This record gives sequence, C-alpha cells and structure tokens, in this order.
Amino acid sequence: MTQDVVPDGGPQRSAVRRRRRPLTFDRVSFMVVFLGLPLAVFVIFVVSPFVQALWYSLTDWSGFTSGMNFVGFDNYVKLFHDDIFLKAVRNNVELAIVVPLVTIVLALTLATLVTIGGSGTGTVRGLKNSSFYRIVSFFPYVIPAIVIGLIWAQVFTPSSGILDALLSKIGLHQFENYAWLGDARTAMPASMFVMIWGFVGFYMVLFIAAIRGIDPEVFEAARIDGAGRFRTAVFLTLPLIRDNVQTAYIYLGIAALDAFVYMQALNPGGGPQNSTLVMPQQLFTTAFTKGQFGYSTAMGVILALVTMLFALLVFVVNALTGGRDRKVKVAR
Amino acid sequence: MTTTVERAEPAATSRAPGKPYREGKRVATTAHIALILWSLLVILPLVWTVLSSFKSTQEVLGNPLALPGKLRFSNYAHAWTTAGIGRYFLNTVVVVGSALVLVMILGAMCAYVLARFTFPGNRLIYYAMLGGLTFPVFLAIVPLFFVLKNLSLLNTLPGLIITYVAFALPFTVFFLHSFFKALPGEIYEAAQIDGAGEWRSFFSVMLPMARPGMASVAIFNFLGLWNQFLLPVALNTDSKNYVLSQGMASFASQAGYAVDFGALFAAVVITVAPVLVVYIIFQRQLQVSVTAGGVK
Repeated sequence: MTQDVVPDGGPQRSAVRRRRRPLTFDRVSFMVVFLGLPLAVFVIFVVSPFVQALWYSLTDWSGFTSGMNFVGFDNYVKLFHDDIFLKAVRNNVELAIVVPLVTIVLALTLATLVTIGGSGTGTVRGLKNSSFYRIVSFFPYVIPAIVIGLIWAQVFTPSSGILDALLSKIGLHQFENYAWLGDARTAMPASMFVMIWGFVGFYMVLFIAAIRGIDPEVFEAARIDGAGRFRTAVFLTLPLIRDNVQTAYIYLGIAALDAFVYMQALNPGGGPQNSTLVMPQQLFTTAFTKGQFGYSTAMGVILALVTMLFALLVFVVNALTGGRDRKVKVAR
Repeated sequence: MTTTVERAEPAATSRAPGKPYREGKRVATTAHIALILWSLLVILPLVWTVLSSFKSTQEVLGNPLALPGKLRFSNYAHAWTTAGIGRYFLNTVVVVGSALVLVMILGAMCAYVLARFTFPGNRLIYYAMLGGLTFPVFLAIVPLFFVLKNLSLLNTLPGLIITYVAFALPFTVFFLHSFFKALPGEIYEAAQIDGAGEWRSFFSVMLPMARPGMASVAIFNFLGLWNQFLLPVALNTDSKNYVLSQGMASFASQAGYAVDFGALFAAVVITVAPVLVVYIIFQRQLQVSVTAGGVK
C-alpha cells in the first residue's frame, strides 16, 4: 500500500480526533489513504455523474461536437408528450406491480412448503429431503440475467422452441407455431414470467432462512391452539417476517423498474407494438444511438423519481398496514 | 444483523417413527409435488440448453424434443474460438477479478474508517453511499460515458474495472460497515497498547476478524459483477474488449443471421457451467452467506 498518495481527503486530516490522539504520520497517512482513495473513486465515478445528469437534463445537448444550451424543463415537457416514452413508463409500472407480487407469493408459498409442510405429529417440521429443492430453485440466481433471457428466448421461439413443441405434444395444436414474444398479447406476460423465473429461487431461500429464524415454540403454540398449516402460514409466519417481505418487495420493484437486461435479451427492439419496451431501453437508444444526451438524461431523472416513489409507496403501505417503521435494509 | 446459521432440517435427522397423521402425510405429498413441479420448471430449460448445445443447426431448427444425433463437441470449439467466447471469457475473468480485489480492499478500508472513527462528515459520507446504492445506474450512464471519455478510459478494460469498483463500492461499504461496527473494541485497544499503528491494527487485527463478512460480500459482488450488463454495453463497445455478458448478447443477435445455433447454445453452457458447478459444490456455504446478506 502506497503511503504517498495525493491528500485529496484533506479535510478529514483534522478529524483524527477520537480520544484526542496525536497526529502522527501513521495516523494521518492512514486516514488519507483509507478514506481518500475510496472516496475519490466514489466521487469521480458515481457522485459526479449523478450530479451532472441533473444539469444535462436541462440542456438540449445532442452530440459530441455541438455545444449545449440551457432549455429549462423543455425536455421534461417533451417527455410528457412522447407517446413511446409514456408507453415505456406504463410498461415499467405494470412490471413493478406484477413481478414483485407474483414473485413474493410464489417464493413465500414454496418457502412455507419447505419449512412447515412436513408430515409428523406434535411438532411442526420441515419437509424431508427438501434441500434438493432449495439447491435447484437457487440455480437461476447464479446464471447471468442476460443468459436467462437468451435461454428463454430460445424456449419461446416458434416451432424450434421447446415450449411450442411440448404444448402441441399434449394436444394444444393451436400453439404449434405460436410466437410468444412476437405477439403483442403474450410478449409482456412471457417476459414477466422470465423475470419471475429468475427471481423466485433467491427469495425462496431468503424466506426459508427468515422462517427458520422464528422461534419454533411459536409454531408449537399455534399447533396446540389448533391452527392449521394454512392459517399458521398466513396469520403467523407472514406477520413475523414482514420486514423481510418489505425488503424483498423493494428490491424486486427496483429490479422491475430496470428490467433492461431481460428485455434486451427477449425483445431488443421493444417487442411487438412496443409492448415490452421499458424506460431504460428507450433511454439507452436515445442516448447511444440517437445521441440526444440531454433528452435521455431527462428520462433517467424520471426513472429515478419513479424508483424513489415506488420505495416510498412500499414504506407507506407497510406502515399504514401496521408494520413497524424500521430502517431500510439494502443489499445488492 | 441476524446471521442465519442453517439449521439441519429437523425432519431429515429426527424422523418421527410414530404414526403420522394421514392429513399430515397428504400435506407433505402435496408439498413434494408442488416443489418437484417448480424444480422441473427450473431444470428443464437448462437441460434442453445442454442437449441443444450438441446439435447441429439443422437439428436445432428441427424437432426441439429430439436428442442430438451425436455429441458435437465442435460446437464448443466454434463458440470458444470463432464466436470469440474464449476471448470474452478471459476478459471477464480479468475485469471481474481485478474489480473484485480492488473493491474489497477499498470497501473494507472505507467501511472501517466510517464505522470506527468519529469525524465531521462521517454520516454525510455514509448517506451518500446509501444514496449511490438506491439511485438507478441509468441516471448516471450518459455523464459517466463522458467522464470516462475525458479520462481516456472509454473502451478500455482499466476503465471498465474502475467503474465496476465505483458502483460496487456503496454496497460493499454499507454491508461491511455493520460488520466492523460489531467488532469488539478491546482488541483494537490492545493492539494500540502493544504499539501497533493504525495501519497494522487494520491489516493484522481488524481485517482478519471481519473475514466472514468479507466472504459474504465478495460472493455477492462476484455474482453482481459477473452479471453486469449495462456498464460494459455502454462503456466498452470495442468488440475485442467485450466481457461475456455483452459478448453473449451480441452473438445471439448475430445468430439470427449467421445462424450457428449449436454454437450459441454451447456458448450459453460455457457461460453458465463454471459458476453453476462452483455453486453446487459450495452451495451450503453460499446460501448461508447470501441469506446472511439479505436477511440482515
């Protein structure tokens, strides 16, 4: 580790005040390197682009050579009349409603089956040999999202994809040559399914851990009081792990408001009649294909606002329905 | 933070030899059926991909349920060389490997200082990191493009590495922060009394104690960076510098015209198999780490 680093963490130097220790070289160099180096990277590559984005979104900057003019909120006004972008916003909102909900219900159901689905008298017990399911369900989490998308794009391909082949095999011949991703009616549901397929396993494992973290005596008590498994799951387990569910809801919502990778793999052009176009895709083409940088950063601002709004909504709903107000737990 | 230690499934170890309720048995059977169905849904597309990776293009476009006529390992050779997957693979190993090492070092240093030293601005930095974690990368992508361009780092592997580090940093700091906070202060005091400076206290005493936390974060970061798609697609457009994720995407979009479907499936297998195999070998430790990160 080099000690002769440019002291760009300057102001922190005076800060080694804990217990008023003397400012030795060891201490000063330590603070400068330990705080200055990571912060420099963070400020240059994360903070500054975010701040610049706010400025760019107020300009008409549209190319590498031409200058930029301040245009106020023109880009935003234009966005609200841009039918294609509004379609993308609607698609993202749809995704943010459906994908988290279905994923969580499925993941909770599977986690419940694993943890309290076991047969036996007296105690509530987990399912026998359930580690197999847990391991397999987790597979999609270690597969890159782009590859998940590509695999499913092949599965959905008409005639050479395995889905149509299986469906016509069991007698549904109307699907013999059906383009799941090429028909405006099914492109979105099919894409949602792919995302859900990719997410469920991870949250299932998370919920299994959360349910196992509950004191087993709680389940015993419920059992003795005569509660069935279904009632136990809905009225006992769910409230006890509601914080985990809230966290999951927020990550999943953020992932659904992104969805770029999946859509790029399944329908790079936005799908039939833009039925699977999402904001990030539109932003990407506007910026890197059309070179409208000002306009595209305005899209980024809208995307960020929608994301914040979504997180806020989840918190408010959770608080209103009786959840304890705890600090947000963020991972990944 | 609740470190979730996996408990052995009670049923697997202590079988109740008594007579289970018929109702309980029915529930268990239903549970097994539902879980088997889900497992099939997960496995079948993967198995089909592996089978297809041995097929010729003609076979791929033929009956999708048929088995490959023979095992065409040449598909793998094509994918590795002609389609450039080998090159992308090495690029990815270099980029993800370097970024991972760097972000773990920088992240641990930053988290340690933020967690164990009080100074003005400490909270501010912490919340800035938290903000960097929640804002979508898409908001930053256009300015980031020009930041890299101005530093002559655009379309270079070092540029991609440093960007990976920067965007993985907030999560790393946020997670390790709670870890360093929880370490006992007495050991640090003892090290100081024994004459260790701040540098030595960190590298010889505090960092080794944070090893479990470091392992969890490293796994998360590895998967996150291995998965990364937007950053390379936007900032690394020179095809000889492609990483796997973007190489796969471009191969797939070409395959529509040049059509070497067998090689496409082989490329998918090459991309998925290494990580999947590592996961299966270490699945217990991995899931413990991952749930420790998520449940906290």
